[in-house]
Amino acid sequence: MAIELKMPALSPTMEEGTLAKWLVKPGDTVKSGDILAEIETDKATMEFESIDEGTIGELLVTEGTEGVKVGTVIATLQGEDEPAAPAASPEAAPAPAAEPAADPKAQAVAAIAPRHDAKPAADPEIPAGTTMVPTTVREALRDAMAEEMRADPGVFVMGEEVAEYQGAYKVTQGLLDEFGAKRVIDTPITEYGFAGIGAGAAMGGLKPVIEFMTFNFAMQAIDHIINSAAKTNYMSGGQMRCPIVFRGPNGAAARVGAQHSQNYGPWYASVPGLVVIAPYDSADAKGLLKAAIRSQDPVVFLENELVYGRTFDVPQLDDFVLPIGKARVVREGKDVTIVSYSIGVGFALDAAQQLAAEGIEAEVIDLRTLRPLDKETVLASLAKTNRMVVAEEGFPICSVASEIIAIAMEEGFDSLDAPVLRVCNEDVPMPYAANLEKAALIDAGKIVAAVKKVCYR
Amino acid sequence: MLLFPMKAWERIAVADFANQQPLALHVPEPKARPGVEPDWSGLTLPPAGAQPRPDETCAAAETWPLCTDLIRVLDEDGVAQGPWNPRLDAETLRTMLRNMALTRAFDERMFRGQRQGKTSFYMKCTGEEATSVAPAMALAADDMVFPSYRQQGILITRGYPLEDMINQIYSNKADKLKGRQLPIMYSARDYGFFTISGNLATQLPQAVGWAMASAISGDTRIAAAWVGEGSTAEGDFHSALTFATVYNAPVVLNVVNNQWAISSFSGFAGAERQTFAARAIGYGVAGLRVDGNDPLAVYAATRWAANRARSNAGSTLIEHFTYRAEGHSTSDDPSQYRSAQERSTWPLGDPIVRLKNHLIALGEWDENRQAAMDAELAEMVKAATRAAEANGVLGHGMHHPFHTMFEDVFETLPWHLREQSEQAMRERRIKWPDWRPEDGDEMP
Repeated sequence: MAIELKMPALSPTMEEGTLAKWLVKPGDTVKSGDILAEIETDKATMEFESIDEGTIGELLVTEGTEGVKVGTVIATLQGEDEPAAPAASPEAAPAPAAEPAADPKAQAVAAIAPRHDAKPAADPEIPAGTTMVPTTVREALRDAMAEEMRADPGVFVMGEEVAEYQGAYKVTQGLLDEFGAKRVIDTPITEYGFAGIGAGAAMGGLKPVIEFMTFNFAMQAIDHIINSAAKTNYMSGGQMRCPIVFRGPNGAAARVGAQHSQNYGPWYASVPGLVVIAPYDSADAKGLLKAAIRSQDPVVFLENELVYGRTFDVPQLDDFVLPIGKARVVREGKDVTIVSYSIGVGFALDAAQQLAAEGIEAEVIDLRTLRPLDKETVLASLAKTNRMVVAEEGFPICSVASEIIAIAMEEGFDSLDAPVLRVCNEDVPMPYAANLEKAALIDAGKIVAAVKKVCYR
Repeated sequence: MLLFPMKAWERIAVADFANQQPLALHVPEPKARPGVEPDWSGLTLPPAGAQPRPDETCAAAETWPLCTDLIRVLDEDGVAQGPWNPRLDAETLRTMLRNMALTRAFDERMFRGQRQGKTSFYMKCTGEEATSVAPAMALAADDMVFPSYRQQGILITRGYPLEDMINQIYSNKADKLKGRQLPIMYSARDYGFFTISGNLATQLPQAVGWAMASAISGDTRIAAAWVGEGSTAEGDFHSALTFATVYNAPVVLNVVNNQWAISSFSGFAGAERQTFAARAIGYGVAGLRVDGNDPLAVYAATRWAANRARSNAGSTLIEHFTYRAEGHSTSDDPSQYRSAQERSTWPLGDPIVRLKNHLIALGEWDENRQAAMDAELAEMVKAATRAAEANGVLGHGMHHPFHTMFEDVFETLPWHLREQSEQAMRERRIKWPDWRPEDGDEMP
């Protein structure tokens, strides 16, 4: 039986990569430790080594192929005793059923198809006829910072690994080259320290963008975010503003365990004095980060690592800035409202697509800003559909979902035809193992089930 | 450039100082980036055996010269020199060599396993083996250790089963941490090995607290903690040192200065200004700076500090001056930010080679025995890997039973988690009617 060589996960968060170069060809004998291929991830180029001995059977993914999903069979290896035969049975790389492909290579590529094909509807605030440019969320965030840094010499970026390494998740790519080491500043490893330094610089009149490698590490900095940044303007009688942005990935990534998988949206959204933004797609990421940098208030800007690599359209406008505190209807529907934010919007859109096939038209609202919360948009949708589900990738207790449900009770009670339900993660610390993690997280299926419940279907 | 409008008094102040030189910000920069030949000329390496060894109960300030010096025992010819020579017998030296070689063999195999997709993540300690193996041998077996993420050598030295380490790395059905924790973030209570945290430096105040508790309860065990030089920037470092000195906590705090914190060189933690050991003196704690690639010097320094703690004479901060020969983790590619020649030209050599040469110089070892040992250890790791793989690897579905996800959140399972668990089971049975009870479908 041939050994299947699969696209490896070269980091805990890698979902796909580019097969940059094959260093072996069919028929080559390899032994344990031989380098088979070079694989590029969004972080680095890695060497893919063989751990087994044998003869290379067939290379199923051609070099240069981008977006090869982790787990895709990329080659086969014959053991010592068997002949190198044309390998790869059709089930080696399962392809979507709709696209039967006889060629195993084509199947390997077919398995690369993006999983989140349900995209948000066009933003009505963008003028008709505007050229749209497909952009990853990662690039959109970088572009927002670069544009604001060009426009305002007081804007600078500071954090761990933001300069030389181009960001732990490559969000600050290219900024060091353009703006130099005094505006793109690598720091010592102390979130508490550089959050405080940033707050001081903001009070001194500059506009810091503080990157946390993840918001999990910002827990030790939360004193500066809440007790310094959020309150100083109030406590000083309006004399001391703190125009700072704290940004970085938030929420669960993939297999990074209990300490690195938390959604802090509800934590920060409960604090007066803070603006809290959690966008989903690239245009919102760009337009809202630019707005956040310009804001005179301290902003907590929550990104999501799993969304960084997703591509969405961004309008090609000279200065694309979006209003803070405005939710967006990303899909219109008449039967039920699904409210979400950040990565939950992707699940909600997928769920809406499944529901449409069953005759339920769901309206999907992306909150985009968690504080101030745009309850008008939520209540207007509720008045239209009379049913609501809140989907949130985070703990259920004291969540943004809890807040939306409270608003529905207080101000939308007469519109309700069913209790509002929330779909959140399980109420346990995030497990590491892939099966347990999957079971602990929200997904489109859980949203579909909740929607059917409120629709009494 | 004046970016913001000023008040009247500020304008006067600026006018007064108009003739003065503008301020300049210093941003640390390492001497060698990729493609550049490393320059170690700024590194002073004192001869082995030249450093004095003060009494273990001396005043902390007496250790000041040792904070800027470098304690070394093994010289260029592999001969042990001076007052820090721990004078270990040949059998102990061979055990030390074997523990370090086993740690390296384990790292090699696990790194390749990650490249093969059997786990998502791994971290090697190549070149730094002495900083965990030698202290583990110098401490008592029941002393409590609070490691960071690169001290697998402690577990290996304390005889923790390799198969259990690999089960954890694969997060399989035999994983003692039940699929909850990141690969290599081991916990081993029975081996005096505290749960590794993904958040940096939290283990330092915890180790000091554990040591204080040991003193409060009149126990005889001490604590030891490890932290990278980069993480000394964390506030936890300051808190730990403050409490350690105030309460004379029986603790050994190890700073492993391996020169690199991912891509940030040690200058970002303050190394351009002062050694890490020197920080001890400001707190009134004893400080030792040791050649971290010299296993005998590391052993001797740890023994000195442990004896000091055991005799209620106070805490010690040890800086292990070493080099991270590999990337930070399997997610890192160091060729992007540091000179590839740093590893080969590192002036303190390799700890395994240095101890091997010492044993050969003593007439207690030879190259053939070394080669035979390396082959035996590689086989041992391979066998442990095979045994662990029988319990499953990442993504092969042989995980911990499903319901265990809801356990250990609290001491007893609360009603709402029991309900969630039962609901999840029901859904699973509907979705996969063929699911077997041995796969963990039933509530306990």
